[in-house]
Amino acid sequence: MSALLAETPALPLHEAGKYVAAAYIVLLAMILVYVAIMAIRMSRTERELGELLAELDREEGAQAARTGEQGAGS
Amino acid sequence: MYGKGLRALSISTVVAMTAALTLVFFYAPLEAEQGFLQKIFYVHVPLAIVSLCGFVLGGLLAIAHLRTRDPRWDFRSYVAIHMSLIFGLATLITGSIWAKGSWGHWWVWDEPTLVSFLIVFLLYATYQPLRFAIEDPERQARYASVFAVTAGAFVPLNFIAVRMSTAFLHPRVLGSTSNLPGPMALTFLISLIAIALLYATLCKYELTAKHTRAQVRALRRRLAGEESGRAGEGGRTSRSAAPSALPAGSVGPRPAGQAARTAGYPIKGHT
Repeated sequence: MSALLAETPALPLHEAGKYVAAAYIVLLAMILVYVAIMAIRMSRTERELGELLAELDREEGAQAARTGEQGAGS
Repeated sequence: MYGKGLRALSISTVVAMTAALTLVFFYAPLEAEQGFLQKIFYVHVPLAIVSLCGFVLGGLLAIAHLRTRDPRWDFRSYVAIHMSLIFGLATLITGSIWAKGSWGHWWVWDEPTLVSFLIVFLLYATYQPLRFAIEDPERQARYASVFAVTAGAFVPLNFIAVRMSTAFLHPRVLGSTSNLPGPMALTFLISLIAIALLYATLCKYELTAKHTRAQVRALRRRLAGEESGRAGEGGRTSRSAAPSALPAGSVGPRPAGQAARTAGYPIKGHT
């Protein structure tokens, strides 16, 4: 291995550039994929929360209607 | 709860990453032997260090879980290991790219540092299947913590073993940073800080997202009229490798129909 390293010359910029770009793009891509996954999860949570709020609204509306009916009855 | 300070941490990460990239490409000098290819060093080595430290951190958090039996520590340990695995994968990929450019091979099996890192990575790759294999949440958390502590102890031992091995072909980083020229050492340190901040930010995002989701599920169960018999599950609805995000005994928000039901978990428009 040391012999291999000793004989490996410094790569010219145009040759090394693609490897360096690939390494940094891998990092960037992983961050972007992670952010995309988080965005999907976030939108799902937001949708679920919206459904729960709608459910709460319905429940509160029904409760208010019941209270109104009881008030009118007495 | 977990979202506190997330904004400041995110901004710090963006600033640090920008500074690191600027230093890497516009300040650090070209290395004599490898030339421009050596720029991979500034992303590959910090990723490896942060990943290994994350594994150890997961072990320490698991110790806290075993001591206190509080599932929140298990949750934190799980997220630390989960994120370290992602960083570990990035380390392996960037390392392979560097090896291909430098040595002409994607992977070299007689390189102790590479192989030992792969062993650690594969060891931790069994963490998620282990969790998934155990249905009972409490037992799952306990076994996962024992695994995290044992594997966490293996990481520094493995590191020392590689150091003590005779082949010193892989570039030595820790302990030899003082041999780096000033601009290179500075660039390396800023890169390390940036990657560590990225790790912390992503962990915090993951913790916040999972905790919020567990709260929403707990709220849904409350509204569906479920009793608090599932209190210990902390938001779990089915078998999962992910641990409980809510503390033991918590069922999230208070029951529906109470005026103060959202007091602890403010929801816009429903206060």
